[in-house]
Amino acid sequence: MPDFLKSVLSLFNAPYGEILLQGCLLTTWLTVFSFVLAVMLGTCLAMLRVSGNSFCERVVAAYVSYQQNVPMLVHILLWYFGVSNVLPIFMQDTLNYFGSEFIYPAIAIGLCMAAYYSEDIRSGLRAIPHGQHEASRSLGLSYLKSMRYVVIPQALRMCAPPFINHTVLLFKNTSLAMAVGAAEMTYAVRDIENQTFLTFQAYSIATLFYLVVSLALMALGSYVAHRTRIPTR
Amino acid sequence: MIQFSKVNKWYGEYQALVEVTAAVAQGEVVVVCGPSGSGKSTLIRTVNRLEEIQKGSIYLNGQDIHAKGLDLNAFRTQVGFVFQQFNLFPHLSVVENICLAPLTVRQQSKAEARSKAMALLERVGLAHKAEAYPQQLSGGQQQRVAIARALAMDPPVMLFDEPTSALDPEMVGEVLAVMKELAREGMTMVCVTHEMNFAREVADRIWFMDKGAILEEAKPAVFFSAPEHPRAQAFISDLRNH
Amino acid sequence: MFEIIANNWQQLLVGQYPQGALGGLALTMILSVLGLIIAFPLSVVLAFCRISPYKVLNIPATILVYVVRGLPLVMLVFWSYFLVPVLVGQSVSGFTALICTLVIYEAAYLSEVVRAGIQSIPEGQVEAARSLGMSYRKTMLKVVLPQALYNMVPSLISQFVSLIKETSIGYVISVQEITFSANQINTQLLTKPFEVFAILALTYYILCFCLTQFAKWAERRTTQKRLGLRSPKGGELNDPVLESQ
Repeated sequence: MPDFLKSVLSLFNAPYGEILLQGCLLTTWLTVFSFVLAVMLGTCLAMLRVSGNSFCERVVAAYVSYQQNVPMLVHILLWYFGVSNVLPIFMQDTLNYFGSEFIYPAIAIGLCMAAYYSEDIRSGLRAIPHGQHEASRSLGLSYLKSMRYVVIPQALRMCAPPFINHTVLLFKNTSLAMAVGAAEMTYAVRDIENQTFLTFQAYSIATLFYLVVSLALMALGSYVAHRTRIPTR
Repeated sequence: MIQFSKVNKWYGEYQALVEVTAAVAQGEVVVVCGPSGSGKSTLIRTVNRLEEIQKGSIYLNGQDIHAKGLDLNAFRTQVGFVFQQFNLFPHLSVVENICLAPLTVRQQSKAEARSKAMALLERVGLAHKAEAYPQQLSGGQQQRVAIARALAMDPPVMLFDEPTSALDPEMVGEVLAVMKELAREGMTMVCVTHEMNFAREVADRIWFMDKGAILEEAKPAVFFSAPEHPRAQAFISDLRNH
Repeated sequence: MFEIIANNWQQLLVGQYPQGALGGLALTMILSVLGLIIAFPLSVVLAFCRISPYKVLNIPATILVYVVRGLPLVMLVFWSYFLVPVLVGQSVSGFTALICTLVIYEAAYLSEVVRAGIQSIPEGQVEAARSLGMSYRKTMLKVVLPQALYNMVPSLISQFVSLIKETSIGYVISVQEITFSANQINTQLLTKPFEVFAILALTYYILCFCLTQFAKWAERRTTQKRLGLRSPKGGELNDPVLESQ
């Protein structure tokens, strides 16, 4: 046992520690970038979906259907190999500034998770009975005020649990960027394994990393769900 | 037949049954009534151990039902239980519902179980619905099937937990008719019910419960005309005013 | 795009067969079906362990499910590729490692579905069966599971769709399923990556979309039956109150 721990700890020294740190950082960046993209786009999509305009609704529904039925890895491959090829040159250069193996997976993951988030927001909104809106309008609140003070606070509480579940999914999906060469955590660990042959130790570090973050997010999720739960009769 | 001896039950801090001591003789029909939350359902659910008690003892036919080494499943075949929500098995037909326990617990042959089931369905007036499924029956029909299902195990005792409370008024009569027939045939029955006419006609004794204790035990004639306990008096006068 | 399909449809469909092992879409489907068939009984066992009051069953099952849910599929595939040869004593093909990964991954997720299905059966059903003297085992086998499994069919189809998408991870360990085959075609053609991967995405889309629609249809049928609108023999039941809505 102590030997095992020693070998694990040795991996934290240079040069491997450096690789691990870079991997950790890149995973973080991928997560943050995709998350921001996904939330912003997801909210817009949800607003479009409930807008009442049937054309918008159908376009968003088609988008969500496409994103949810194609595997994430295929999305990443399509963006990295396919879309990068057909974009105009100036856009390619701008994107390559960030590192093509970072930006294309990040965009792919962000777009895909936006679909999931939009569904979560939409179902949160739909779960609020129409009577809530009617009641607040009857009191004299405008449409925007009733959304802001009555409907949206309740909707956010309802959609918090699936939202956090999908955020954990987003975090785990960043590992797929390794398939196109992004040096995130999984890639870093494979790199170290190739160099040192300490497969078990290297994989354990990555496992611990992913587990700690995922379980922390899931725990945060249940805490938030518990605290903001609207008690039913 | 059934004996309660100083039975106490708590749900956490809340005491649901308080020093209940009573007995049901063989062939007797006892109706348990009282306001909501008085512990009536809890009391009969302790008899087939759907609820467990913390203090006291319960005896069925002289046997302590909490004895160590008691075969709980075999014991339960001796106590028929009819639920307020019927609880029929929706994935089985009516006759399959009735045959399930005899086939799997008593290991009867299919032919034997089936003929018994059909006989019971005749008794409750639903032989023509043997192959139907519970969702296709009305509430009153479902409850009658539930009674037949409980009778299929030939229990010496039948317990009824508000059997008609979930039924539309026009279906209450058909279920009570079955229960009256059972009483006439000499079945030992304990019924929790709000149907006071049924109690007047059929009960040998009435137990009035409030806040977990049996406050009064009397014959129906006495109970309905001149109850002793003030809570029982209030209960009866409330009934009259509706 | 159509010339690409016309020239390479065989590789997309069946990989190197008959010159090599079966691959392409055929392998994707085999992996998915095999994965589901093996994972399902495991998931039922896991679900019962998770609802069991015995800590010796409950705790390991819960730990397994949480670990599998917390790790990315890629990590699980690499662990599998590394551990399975160690456990079995000889080197294994990518196919075997992938199947092991998919089975464990699916079993963990499916066990949550099964557990929810079992716990959604009203308590009254269990009480009625136990009151008749049926043991816990008999109650589960004859009353709870038949109902729970029937109610779960739409969720099972959804999980099958997820499984089809998960087989794409075979790309990372060079298993010849359709994603890997598409990549091979791309490296051969070199000049049309967008078209090749668009075809790949569309193939998955059509396949999964049809199955998802099937799941929605199944959901409608099982909900109707549960509400008693359709008799179990499949005929329509005329309920004037419900039909007027």
